Amino acid sequence: MTTAPAKAGWRFRQPSVIPGFGLTLGFSLAYLTLIILIPLSGLVWRSAALGWADFWAIAVDRRTLNALKISFGTAFLAAAVNVVFGTIVAWVLVRYRFPGRRIADAMVDLPFALPTAVAGIALTTLYAPNGWIGQLLMPLGIKVAYTPLGIVIALVFIGLPFVVRTVQPIMEEIDKEVEEAAATLGANRFQIITRVLFPGLAPAIITGFSLAFARGVGEYGSVIFIAGNLPFKSEIAPLLIVIRLEEYNYEAATAIAAIMLALSFLMLLVVNLVQTWSRKRYG
Amino acid sequence: MADPEIKSYEPHHESQSAAVTESRPVRWVVMGTAFVFLAVFLLLPLIVVFHEALAKGIGAYTEALSGPDTRSAIRLTLLVAAISVPLNVIFGISAAWAIAKFEFKGKAFLTTLIDLPFSVSPVISGLVYVLLFGAQGLLGEWLRAHGIVILFAVPGIVLATIFVTFPFVARELIPLMQEQGNGDEEAALSLGATGWQAFWYVTLPNVKWGLLYGVLLCNARAMGEFGAVSVVSGHIRGLTNTMPLHVEILYNEYNAVGAFAVASLLAGLALVTLVLKTLLEMRYGAEIAATRGH
Repeated sequence: MTTAPAKAGWRFRQPSVIPGFGLTLGFSLAYLTLIILIPLSGLVWRSAALGWADFWAIAVDRRTLNALKISFGTAFLAAAVNVVFGTIVAWVLVRYRFPGRRIADAMVDLPFALPTAVAGIALTTLYAPNGWIGQLLMPLGIKVAYTPLGIVIALVFIGLPFVVRTVQPIMEEIDKEVEEAAATLGANRFQIITRVLFPGLAPAIITGFSLAFARGVGEYGSVIFIAGNLPFKSEIAPLLIVIRLEEYNYEAATAIAAIMLALSFLMLLVVNLVQTWSRKRYG
Repeated sequence: MADPEIKSYEPHHESQSAAVTESRPVRWVVMGTAFVFLAVFLLLPLIVVFHEALAKGIGAYTEALSGPDTRSAIRLTLLVAAISVPLNVIFGISAAWAIAKFEFKGKAFLTTLIDLPFSVSPVISGLVYVLLFGAQGLLGEWLRAHGIVILFAVPGIVLATIFVTFPFVARELIPLMQEQGNGDEEAALSLGATGWQAFWYVTLPNVKWGLLYGVLLCNARAMGEFGAVSVVSGHIRGLTNTMPLHVEILYNEYNAVGAFAVASLLAGLALVTLVLKTLLEMRYGAEIAATRGH
């Protein structure tokens, strides 16, 4: 594809005996455009139509700023927790043999399969002051449900499989011989893990972190039950969008959505840069 | 930006020599940490759903499930999945055929666009349809003049569900069909098969387990979607309430048994999905998982 067209001139596609290109590409593009692209560009168009002054006023509104801060802050914390525990879980699943390993492995996907509203009410019931976990934490003075900490808990649940499932396959591929070589050269286990294994896993861990973070920022269903939803305290940005919509304040809802999308894409960009850097550094 | 790859893992066969594994106490601590974490974050929420649903006995449980609003929520959820999953299957097959079987300009960009819904908040997925079809929306006036109702009705719920489940089948099939190449189809065509026959008798049997895998994940999300559907549904009881939305309404009414009874059905669906997924990975892992991973 890279060399042939130079002679043949510009060509949209390589010739092939397989039929159906026009039909399948045409249908796919039409469906994609109708379902995804037109609605999404409607959002961009609406927020552009707002005008800079109005947009800015909504963006720096104290409630908007707080909601964004809470969404991005809790998602960051939850992703960080998942990086630590998700990597440990992946390690245990890959390296250790124990009865029920298959079940534990399958269970990791539960947050993908369990509807978020179900996760939300289950976690709220667990962490409420009279819940199974809540009543253990109460004497310690830790309140989880109806606080920002509750949001973090919900996002840890939602984000866990993203970290485990990105790190696990890379761990599988690690060649034992590298570790053995390090060991024969006199490295102890701690040095092998931090100096030999970790650099190889770093890009996967960063990817897992960013996937969990991105999912956490946009998460709604599991959070709204446990958050308490107090403006300025535990109100997440997606909820503020819903509230503005219910007030028929389409402008504010659109602006907050546009800011969220922009921040998410910015973050993706940064993560990609860090990825490239870490590949070069440890590659 | 998308869900990470899900695959099954074969056990290591190498012997664990002391130099390349942790000492016994360290191993116990690491395993203990992982188990406690998994138990607290995954197992307990699942148990609490069934515990709360049955808190007042089996009679209260079945009674909670037999109410007319609950019944209609179940029917609506099944209807929405029955429309949106097949549409996304047709799209997924079609997109995979175009992308995997042909070389054309802009292919990578198209693949990225297909994954786009995964990086958008569910609430925003719903919002875009409100902006399009709502009373103040771009098409709102026109729709009203023609008496077409999309928002706060079943079509809106279906559209929002299609949006959030859009990539599942396609991203399962694209790498699979890319890996399998064109050889089989070219052979069929050279033996005189028509394009349809090549697809029906050669391609489809080759990808059937991967397709089933994608359908499974797509269906679980379609039936469980909350945020996007919540924005476009209008929460009209008995009419536009899906099961996850019904869970919310019952829960906010302090009807814990009712909320958790409906939630237990959804949790059951999640467990069935996980079991089928694991079975598929175990039996056909080579056919569906080996091709994954970018």
